[in-house]
Amino acid sequence: MIYDVLIIGAGPAGMTAAIYARRAGKSVLVLEAKGYGGQIIKTPDIENYPVEPGISGYDFATRLYEQTKALGAEFVFERAEGIVDGNVKKVKTPEGEYGAKSVIIATGSESRPLGVEGETALIGRGVSYCATCDGNFFRNKAVAVVGGGNTALEDALYMADIAETVYLIHRRDSFRGEEATAELLRRRENVKILYNSTVTELIADRRLRQIVVTDKEGVKTTLDVRGLFVAVGRIPENRAFENVIELDGAGWASSGENCRTKTPGVFVAGDNRSKDVRQLVTATADGAVAATEALKYIASL
Amino acid sequence: MAVKEITGAEFEEEVIKSDVPVIVDFKAEWCGPCKVLKSTVEEIAGERADVKVVSVDIDEEEDLVDEYEVFSIPCLVAFKGGSEVGRSIGLASKSEIYGALGL
Ligand SMILES: Cc1cc2nc3c(=O)[nH]c(=O)nc-3n(C[C@H](O)[C@H](O)[C@H](O)COP(=O)(O)OP(=O)(O)OC[C@H]3O[C@@H](n4cnc5c(N)ncnc54)[C@H](O)[C@@H]3O)c2cc1C
Repeated sequence: MIYDVLIIGAGPAGMTAAIYARRAGKSVLVLEAKGYGGQIIKTPDIENYPVEPGISGYDFATRLYEQTKALGAEFVFERAEGIVDGNVKKVKTPEGEYGAKSVIIATGSESRPLGVEGETALIGRGVSYCATCDGNFFRNKAVAVVGGGNTALEDALYMADIAETVYLIHRRDSFRGEEATAELLRRRENVKILYNSTVTELIADRRLRQIVVTDKEGVKTTLDVRGLFVAVGRIPENRAFENVIELDGAGWASSGENCRTKTPGVFVAGDNRSKDVRQLVTATADGAVAATEALKYIASL
Repeated sequence: MAVKEITGAEFEEEVIKSDVPVIVDFKAEWCGPCKVLKSTVEEIAGERADVKVVSVDIDEEEDLVDEYEVFSIPCLVAFKGGSEVGRSIGLASKSEIYGALGL
């Protein structure tokens, strides 16, 4: 079967695009690599999306998923690994290949790794990208938080209430995040801030035991920590589609507000797109725009 | 087959002494990704008659969390003959889970 609209990613952007396309009577397939919902399922409450303050990320995602399914969108849980352009566009997954007249790439973003050797193997064994998710496993232990933006500062503050000691490691001499939060951290006795420093080595057996921190003079310090919380930003999931979309220097998909790409019939929507505000409301807005553009494109065929 | 929630007291009997491989789903009520993963875990329980699937609430069973060194959930751990043979951490697709668990 050739779908009218194939959507890659069942996050808020992708599912909203599916709603718009289904309501216009188009056949829709959503491919999702992990599970519906995207990033937002990690958050306990959403306070800034219109209408229902305090809704959990899981409830938000589940209601959106149910709404999308009820409208008749098909979901297949497979990772899209590439797009072949043509009159019929082909999207490849490890399990097969799906054909569609138009494709909307709504793959969002994920946490940026530090890039230290052994990091990936230690995920869930001491290395974490979500303090509010995993923080409780480190009660009364020493942990490190890496980063200098708001997420890192907030993670450090959150961990200061749980952990015995929190090392906040930042590669510059001042934070990008809010000064008020930084000041709260400086006042906490169990928070030690290491400026001009990077994590250069992870020492582990089955689990993380120590990290080596190197300062800008090259002096190395070994710290005993059980947890390492990495908060150094997010990276888009666009690389697999570089043949059909243009990426900016940091890897975000270049496109205007109309969500079009260099390939007619291929659109981008949500956090993976080059933009200033990455939030639910902008992701869902993109979904609506990309679907509307896809409908126009299909009508022109 | 339904996914039975077990306690620390039942762990020995249900997991360690099991004749068939067991997948233990470490999860918590407050964990969104765990709840999204639940349908995949149930699907696995349904299609693999040769495997037993159970769940453990990490907030109730801290001793199991320490013993099996769970530091992040969702966390699926596969056991054969009483020992761990594979682990899948975080939200993942069914085929990724089978790959990580070696089942
Ligand atoms: C902890 C946290 C709290 C947040 N809180 C808020 C908040 O309170 N308010 C707010 O407005 N925003 C919040 N955000 C931001 C918000 O979650 C994002 O802006 C939004 O989820 C972006 O939606 P998206 O659909 O573009 O991408 P994502 O949510 O990232 O979804 C992308 C989906 O695509 C899938 N995918 C990726 N690659 C592939 C592939 N190759 N094949 C198939 N599927 C693929 C992913 O698995 C994922 O499910 C928060 C984010 C985080 C991490």
